[in-house]
Amino acid sequence: MRDADFEIFRDYMKKSSGLVLTPDKVYLLESRLLPVAKENGFSDLADLAVIIKQGTDAKIMKQVTEAMATHESSFMRDGKPYERFEKIILPQIMENNAASKKIRIWSAACSSGQEPYSLAMLMKEIGAKLDGWRIDIFATDISDHILDKARDGTFTQFEIQRGLPIQYLVKYFEQNGEQWRIKQDVKSMVRFQNLNLLSNIAHIGEFDVVFLRNVLIYFDVPTKAEVLQKVRDVTDDKGFLVLGGAETVMGISEKWKLLKGHNGLYLPADGNFEALEQKCAGISI
Amino acid sequence: MKTCLVVDDSRVVRRVARQIVEDLGFECIEAEDGKQALEQCLIKMPDCVLLDWNMPVMTGIEYLRELRKVEGGNSPMVVFCTTENDMSKIMEALAAGANEYIMKPFDSDIIRSKFEQVGVL
Ligand SMILES: C[S@@+](CC[C@H](N)C(=O)[O-])C[C@H]1O[C@@H](n2cnc3c(N)ncnc32)[C@H](O)[C@@H]1O
Repeated sequence: MRDADFEIFRDYMKKSSGLVLTPDKVYLLESRLLPVAKENGFSDLADLAVIIKQGTDAKIMKQVTEAMATHESSFMRDGKPYERFEKIILPQIMENNAASKKIRIWSAACSSGQEPYSLAMLMKEIGAKLDGWRIDIFATDISDHILDKARDGTFTQFEIQRGLPIQYLVKYFEQNGEQWRIKQDVKSMVRFQNLNLLSNIAHIGEFDVVFLRNVLIYFDVPTKAEVLQKVRDVTDDKGFLVLGGAETVMGISEKWKLLKGHNGLYLPADGNFEALEQKCAGISI
Repeated sequence: MKTCLVVDDSRVVRRVARQIVEDLGFECIEAEDGKQALEQCLIKMPDCVLLDWNMPVMTGIEYLRELRKVEGGNSPMVVFCTTENDMSKIMEALAAGANEYIMKPFDSDIIRSKFEQVGVL
């Protein structure tokens, strides 16, 4: 690929989704975009670059953005964040919202739905304690085709074997040959919507906890900071933020602070750390 | 060192599984069918069992039912690892006392994640 074309794609991706492409990603770029070029009748990426540069063909531009996204995910990914959700986050939210009896969860880069569905199943498991509570699980992603898959809720054997306890599979899925489909009562707990984290998100509402996992890793520092700020703006002052295992706010944003001893779990920087740390003292995760 | 009993009538599967569980830090014991596996368990209970379903002499599910009846037989964590991938089979396995269930093909990631789930890792 010519350097000039690489730069066109790099600049476009940065602007459209925040994805940072370094020159060592040329191979990735080629393998993901060649099918897009072919699908649109171009023989190579140079023609596709021309279209992107021109910036008028919204359909092709969207295809490029989607093709470059990495959708890797799994049910109950990394385990511990879900344990923290159950033992620390949820009890605190229930205390905070005792009057409204509402729990508002946002899965902010939900890929094919494993994250919001894991949360929904967890809520089902908790069961009676949540009777009378209204639970809203809002799940968003930039990619329409991955959202279609999420809404459909059908997963391969490979996908359901990573992280999902077998008891959950039996309880919350239906088998369809080699495929496994999440049951309607779990599915109906989740609202999916297309949302670009770089866009204006102020209108989406207010949340008690935001799962923003394994997406900041693709952004550069200013973009990370900007997204962390926007997420703060739609999080309740007593709310929570959960990041992925390789992500941190350190050196990036002053808006959030780590809850000591609980990797990946953040509170608004002016939150009531002392009280929560005391409550968490006896909890080992 | 924790022990893992690998039960499968295929030598190839046992070899691959041995490699994986040893890499995970287990001492590996092998059995070719359910009967051999039960005999091994009566000598010494392993910490976990990676269990095939269809085997000659005694199947995995028959072995599991017997295991859960003997003294100390509730302690091993039993993870099925089988080509049987029907919901009804999974439910049958859970009812017989299985702790987890892997549908073949398997790899080290799946085994690790299932062993973590049952708490032997
Ligand atoms: C690796 S997945 C993470 C999925 C899930 N959160 C997890 O941790 O398993 C990253 C997702 O972020 C989405 N994504 C990338 N850039 C985005 C943006 N600017 N706005 C919203 N979603 C984005 C991708 O489409 C992809 O599905």
